[in-house]
Amino acid sequence: MKTFRLVGVGWLYHMKMISRSPFEGVGQVIYPLFFATVAFFVFRAGDSPRTLVYASLGAAVMGMWSATSTTAGGAMQRERWHGTLELLVGTPPHFALVLLPVTLAMATIGIYSLVATLLYGHFLFGIPLIVVHPLIFALSIVGTVLSFGALGFVFAVTFVRFRAAWALGNLFEYPVWLIGGFLVPLGLLPGWVRPISWVLAPTWGMNAIRESALGGSALDDLLLCVGLGAVYVALGIILTERVLRSARVRATLSLS
Amino acid sequence: MTYRALFSWLTPQIYIPSLLMAPIFQILLFAYIGRSAGLESDEFYVIGNALQYAAIPCLFAMTQMIGGERYQNTLSAILVSPARRIPLFFGRAIPVVANGAFVSAFSLAVGSLILDVDIPLSAVPALAFIIVVAAFSCTGLGLINAAISLRVRENAVLSNVIFGFLLIFTGANVPLSELPNWMATLSGALPFTHAIKAAREVADGASFASVSVLVGTEALIGLCYAAIGYALLRFMEVQSRRYASLERS
Repeated sequence: MKTFRLVGVGWLYHMKMISRSPFEGVGQVIYPLFFATVAFFVFRAGDSPRTLVYASLGAAVMGMWSATSTTAGGAMQRERWHGTLELLVGTPPHFALVLLPVTLAMATIGIYSLVATLLYGHFLFGIPLIVVHPLIFALSIVGTVLSFGALGFVFAVTFVRFRAAWALGNLFEYPVWLIGGFLVPLGLLPGWVRPISWVLAPTWGMNAIRESALGGSALDDLLLCVGLGAVYVALGIILTERVLRSARVRATLSLS
Repeated sequence: MTYRALFSWLTPQIYIPSLLMAPIFQILLFAYIGRSAGLESDEFYVIGNALQYAAIPCLFAMTQMIGGERYQNTLSAILVSPARRIPLFFGRAIPVVANGAFVSAFSLAVGSLILDVDIPLSAVPALAFIIVVAAFSCTGLGLINAAISLRVRENAVLSNVIFGFLLIFTGANVPLSELPNWMATLSGALPFTHAIKAAREVADGASFASVSVLVGTEALIGLCYAAIGYALLRFMEVQSRRYASLERS
């Protein structure tokens, strides 16, 4: 119970901070709308059977990923710059429980982006808001947020030794949009890319959201998305242990 | 302070992911979106995005070239000096243009190789010139952005927003004929629009002479933005003296 309370309080605290930051809050919500606009124009002008509804859902989840990837990479860096990293590492709870709420909060901000993109597409481009299975759709969004947060957590820990971790976080924005099949069906990508897509939770989160909205079967995708998210959390905890042990041995926690 | 000191992105840890790899992924993303939607060829997206991505180094660098001085507490020392302002501000733009052009050229070359886009060798000199003009044009807009950044604290958000507008309006990914009339009209006054059109025509075999009007228009647009940016910087300078606002925001 203490663990859930810690994660919950950390999540709320970081949500409040992020929503007041022009870059992480406003910027990350507005920025994906530009890409969504391009996608809407391209799909409207093209002769593909894939519809604007398809593009709208993909663009909406793009925004969710943007909110996570660009900021999660530098989550630990930021604590280091603020001079709070040592204090957080020295607290009794496991450091992973301190860091995970940060990236979960970033992923949650993505829900603003998702809603904004869907409404934007509806009101400006006349794209119908279709949700055939509302309950599974809502669950898919929650599952996707959790898995995005978990992937962001892995990023935050993995990039900790890089001084410009934010740049790596930025870099992973486009590839996940592409490989996750947000706007491009995986069948169009080269064969060697598909196994990479399969180990990315965003791929399954996108599938679950799209299938639940359009009336397909989304449960398998949702389970895979959440399952992969759990694997990311476990991986993140292991990496955190290794990174902290290395930092303690070499006295490098505040360096880089 | 020097370009290297002010533009922090020149360190390989930032330069490689942000200015060499990201544009390639942008090209791939839109080329595949184009394939998925059944609109335009790979060449269309490679050229459009390679040129348009110069906006990132041009906007961010130009902003950091001015805002960075303030951040390092050296801007006031510069502004009290009797140095002539035109070489002071425009001199800073030269490495920005060079870097923007390099990023564009690199993206165009690598994007073409990956997507197997065939650009004739005879078109390379003209394309190189067009890329330099496009980078110059966007650096003019960057100068305005830099002046605004003396008042707006979150200049990264502002630069990203301008980049987003350029992504939609310049015809990098959406043919101008598919945009609503008001957007297509507005695009004519933005950096990149004419350069991208000229580059596509040159890549399709047109001579440089046949696109010289487009290139000239692009250069003129850049000059206009540079002049507005310079006037805005001088205005901010005067305002900062009057209201002691140089270190504010």
